[in-house]
Amino acid sequence: MSATEDDLRHPIKTARGLGSAKSGLHHWWIQRVTAVALIPLSVWFVWQATSLFHADYETVHAFLAQIWNAALMATFVVVLLYHSYLGLQVVVEDYVGSEFKKLATLITLQFVHVLLAVVAVLAVLKIALGGSA
Amino acid sequence: MRPTHRPLSPFWIYRLGWTMSLSGTHRITGMLLSIGSPLFVLWLLAIAGGERSYASYASVLTSPFGWVVYAGFIFCIAYHLCNGMRHMGWDFGKGIDVTTAKRTGALVVVSALLLTGLVLVATYGRAA
Repeated sequence: MSATEDDLRHPIKTARGLGSAKSGLHHWWIQRVTAVALIPLSVWFVWQATSLFHADYETVHAFLAQIWNAALMATFVVVLLYHSYLGLQVVVEDYVGSEFKKLATLITLQFVHVLLAVVAVLAVLKIALGGSA
Repeated sequence: MRPTHRPLSPFWIYRLGWTMSLSGTHRITGMLLSIGSPLFVLWLLAIAGGERSYASYASVLTSPFGWVVYAGFIFCIAYHLCNGMRHMGWDFGKGIDVTTAKRTGALVVVSALLLTGLVLVATYGRAA
């Protein structure tokens, strides 16, 4: 080791980033937690979709204007996008070779997912709080 | 990081087997759902946008093209859901042996296809 008294670099820098710093399980765990949440949420959503597919504007709007439907829809879309990012992150980490491309792709994916989530929640809020349009 | 020349994925090393293709399908359906998620957000936007924007979204959704996309969505959700629960079993240490994994894999494929059929029939049947 080259760390000496007059070296400004702390030896801890060699260890950091090379292993779990007590957050190694976080990605795996939160992927499972979002997955568990998505089981009832997606079943609920798909079941509603079977009737909303052909519904007219008034019906769909009235459906989402109900507080519980709006709450479940907003929760569904946020959890779904979180789970989506976690999954895509693993794919990118598996197949994107260069560190720069990997980082650039992940940051882009983060931006896109956050934007989609914000837009979706705002849309749900607008429907739920906007009164009968 | 030093560049590595060791293989980074099992592609081109192992012959494609049954459980391996199921695993790949899990990832592919997940990716397709991610890629398709903006279409779902767009649906919420169309409703929030008012009667006219919803009408244009609905006309695409109920067109033959929309039906194909919808059916694809439903299959991806059904497969990813069923196989995801299979994964959760593995997380608890259940069914990891080859025989069981092959059998639960078949169960996942059959369930996903059945669920897809059920949802499509329900969607069609509930048309006003």
